[in-house]
Amino acid sequence: MNGILKLAFKLLVNDKGKYAALLVGITFAVFLMVQMTSIFSGILTKASSTVINLGAQVWVMDPAVTNVASSIPLPTYVLDAVRSINGVKYAVPLYSGSALVKLENGVFQFVTVLGLDDNSLLGHPELIEGKIEDIYAENAFVAVQDTEISKLGNPRPGTEFEINDHRGVIVGLAKVSVSGLFGIPTLYTTYSRAIQYIPSTRFTIAYILVEPKSNDVIPSIQDQVRQLGYVALTKQGFMQKIADYYKYQTGLGTNILIMTVVSFLVGLSISGQTFYTFILENLEKFGALKAIGAKGNELVYMIFFQATFSAIIGYGLGVGLCAVVITLAKLRIPEYSANITFTTLAFALVMVLIIAGISSYIGIRKVLKIEPFDIFRS
Amino acid sequence: MRSEAAISANELTKWFGEGTLKTFAVREVSFQAYFGEILFIVGPSGSGKTTLLSMISGVLRPNVGSVAIEGVDIWQLAPDQLADFRLNKVGFVFQDYHLFPRLTTIENVAIPLILRKKNWEESIEEAARYLEIVGLKNKAELPPMKLSGGEQQRVALARALVSQPDLMIFDEPTASLDGDTGRRIMNFIKNNVLSDQRCILIVTHDNRIFEYADRIMKMEDGRIIGFDNGRSH
Ligand SMILES: Nc1ncnc2c1ncn2[C@@H]1O[C@H](COP(=O)(O)OP(=O)(O)OP(=O)(O)O)[C@@H](O)[C@H]1O
Ligand SMILES: [Mg+2]
Repeated sequence: MNGILKLAFKLLVNDKGKYAALLVGITFAVFLMVQMTSIFSGILTKASSTVINLGAQVWVMDPAVTNVASSIPLPTYVLDAVRSINGVKYAVPLYSGSALVKLENGVFQFVTVLGLDDNSLLGHPELIEGKIEDIYAENAFVAVQDTEISKLGNPRPGTEFEINDHRGVIVGLAKVSVSGLFGIPTLYTTYSRAIQYIPSTRFTIAYILVEPKSNDVIPSIQDQVRQLGYVALTKQGFMQKIADYYKYQTGLGTNILIMTVVSFLVGLSISGQTFYTFILENLEKFGALKAIGAKGNELVYMIFFQATFSAIIGYGLGVGLCAVVITLAKLRIPEYSANITFTTLAFALVMVLIIAGISSYIGIRKVLKIEPFDIFRS
Repeated sequence: MRSEAAISANELTKWFGEGTLKTFAVREVSFQAYFGEILFIVGPSGSGKTTLLSMISGVLRPNVGSVAIEGVDIWQLAPDQLADFRLNKVGFVFQDYHLFPRLTTIENVAIPLILRKKNWEESIEEAARYLEIVGLKNKAELPPMKLSGGEQQRVALARALVSQPDLMIFDEPTASLDGDTGRRIMNFIKNNVLSDQRCILIVTHDNRIFEYADRIMKMEDGRIIGFDNGRSH
């Protein structure tokens, strides 16, 4: 069979113009599909930034919470109840809210404030300037060093600001693995200072962060939290819930899905069309092969090989192009949100193979129908 | 010379279209052709020559009648067996050659060998021998479009020869060639292609080459109207 494949390969690749057009079509389709889904995946990661950065294993929340930014305060007794659940190593409150700060130059800026449990500082970020213990100092806040920090006037340790008529001072700069989606700077402080400085509702616990004694007890913790009328989600479970929210309840997912389908269709029509033209222009040659004695399944094999080969090469080029574009974008915009995930790559591969399948199906049908007699008579 | 008929056509009939559009291309044609002979099929345009050739070579299924090649009724064969028959027993030289412009000359010649599941290198090696036989060894790596009409004809001939077929079929081999080149091709066929093991069918309009025929079968309106002896006899 290897000779036949080589023949198919030469017939395809030696037709440089058409082969190039075919590759451009597939590359373009793959690029669009991978780019779209990578951006979406980047957005989803950013939407879960707090969950990822705090790193707690289990999150207890009100059942109606849909994403991390819109928390629903929990009554204090829930914290005690959770603490007494069998299998809970420790459970701490997390404050999450937003506040308006007035910078030294008089400019107002919205910030997200995360208040960490005073005793444990569970989930505190890694500091790149200052010491985490300084968070206990008077009026102390830690600013997150991400792209949004310029909105706070690039503070240094010692920089002062006003937060709801209280004095605030930056004592450290923190590094986080994922920055937020909404372009708002983040400040960390202690739980008690957060509720003292920021006007709050009666209840002030946004989430309860739980450290289980082992992974095995998580289901039973979840069970008992459910009996309290609340939900306990693992880190992955919470991220999934946030992702589902953006996918299904914001229109974002639908739009990305539509764009992905459109890029698939564009790619399919360009490469399907080009491949079809390729087959049509070579129809006479396939007819001659048939007359000489090529069997139906050999022709099918040849065409399928040509389509699949083009698809795989186009896939490689498309993914490569995507990686280059995302890398360049990240060089210019450090927080450019796009992740090429294995799911995305696998998805695009499946799509491109479907394109190859459909293209070769059309070609094969055409070729199997030709009568070598018509070649004879020409 | 083998005494068994190479080709035995029996009441071959082919029509196209149905109802009022039904036209007969070939009507109840029966004849035999033998190993070691060159049989010409001549007749006016539209008289059914190509249609007849196609039915004999396993390319076009007759509506009525049968074709036996070396005693085997080819139209009783399964599709894949029929393809094998064409690959192994028949060598075609199409009227306009149908060479592959994207392949080199030698690759064109190697195609039937590749289809016979030989590997690429083996096929190319063997093709080179046949390219040498037709005197085009030095053009092996050129695309066929760079060759003259007569040279392309020889490439097509080499491609038909590589399978060492029992049956060689030419449709208008000299129609697009000048008289000299046409005669050179015919000389080559007569001296190098014809053998006791081989039967050659040639469809032609070209009366300049009738002298190369052993027999000439005349057709009109889908029927055989008679046989002539070629001038060489
Ligand atoms: N596929 C087809 N559909 C309809 N009619 C056909 C078809 N093929 C052949 N015919 C008809 O059959 C008749 C014989 O055609 P054929 O090609 O065998 O003639 P020919 O003798 O080879 O002619 P020429 O010398 O011009 O090549 C013609 O009338 C032609 O129009
Ligand atoms: Mg004809």
